[in-house]
Amino acid sequence: MKTELVMNKLSLKLLAGEVPEDFEGVYAGDFLSRAMSRVSEGDLWITIMNNINVIAVASLADAAAVILAEGVTMDKATLDAADAKGVTVFTCDSTVYEICRDIASVLS
Amino acid sequence: MADNITFHFDVHGDNFSSAGEASQLVKKKLRQLGFTPDVIRRVSIAMYEGEINMVIHADGGAADVTVTDEDIIIVLADRGPGIPDVELAMQEGYSTAREHIRSLGFGAGMGLPNMKKYTDTMTIDTEIGVGTTITMTVKHKA
Repeated sequence: MKTELVMNKLSLKLLAGEVPEDFEGVYAGDFLSRAMSRVSEGDLWITIMNNINVIAVASLADAAAVILAEGVTMDKATLDAADAKGVTVFTCDSTVYEICRDIASVLS
Repeated sequence: MADNITFHFDVHGDNFSSAGEASQLVKKKLRQLGFTPDVIRRVSIAMYEGEINMVIHADGGAADVTVTDEDIIIVLADRGPGIPDVELAMQEGYSTAREHIRSLGFGAGMGLPNMKKYTDTMTIDTEIGVGTTITMTVKHKA
């Protein structure tokens, strides 16, 4: 439900995995070790990093989804890994700031 | 009393594509064994950071995980260059990772601090030119 609102507001495009019904919180950042300790189970993680290690971290942290900002995408092998690990990946043309702002407006 | 359960993994050096595989397998196993999400998360984070460190700094190594009645013990052993100044390495934000490693999103200088933060005990045995062995425990009995 919440995810659907965010998807519509930001015109998120699904790249891998399934759309989660809901999410808990939001973390934005690109350093993997920081994301690893900050992303809680069920959170959205907004980043511009798009290598395969993002999938490993999202999987280990049980993120609800990864949102790639500024139109960043992932190569096919990375998206295949995401599908295999059950990690949801969206892309979005907005900047990290705009994504955070719009999620906050949807939640308020 | 149940026997201990052990897992062994070889962590391959310089392969960032498969880095994290051991942690993810351990996570899956711990889930099957019915541990709480908090315990699983702490083990996963500590082990992932350790695994990544072995890939970045030591050309790989070995990871052994033992589940006892009270603890989950993670031993990460490598034959890398060793850590010259452990105290410095433990500081948040201190990293010796090279630029191309940082461009992948590593090198935040949070690896060792995260490992300490998410485990109940952590010891570092390191010798220059010989290698490093890190032993961590996560208690799973309240």
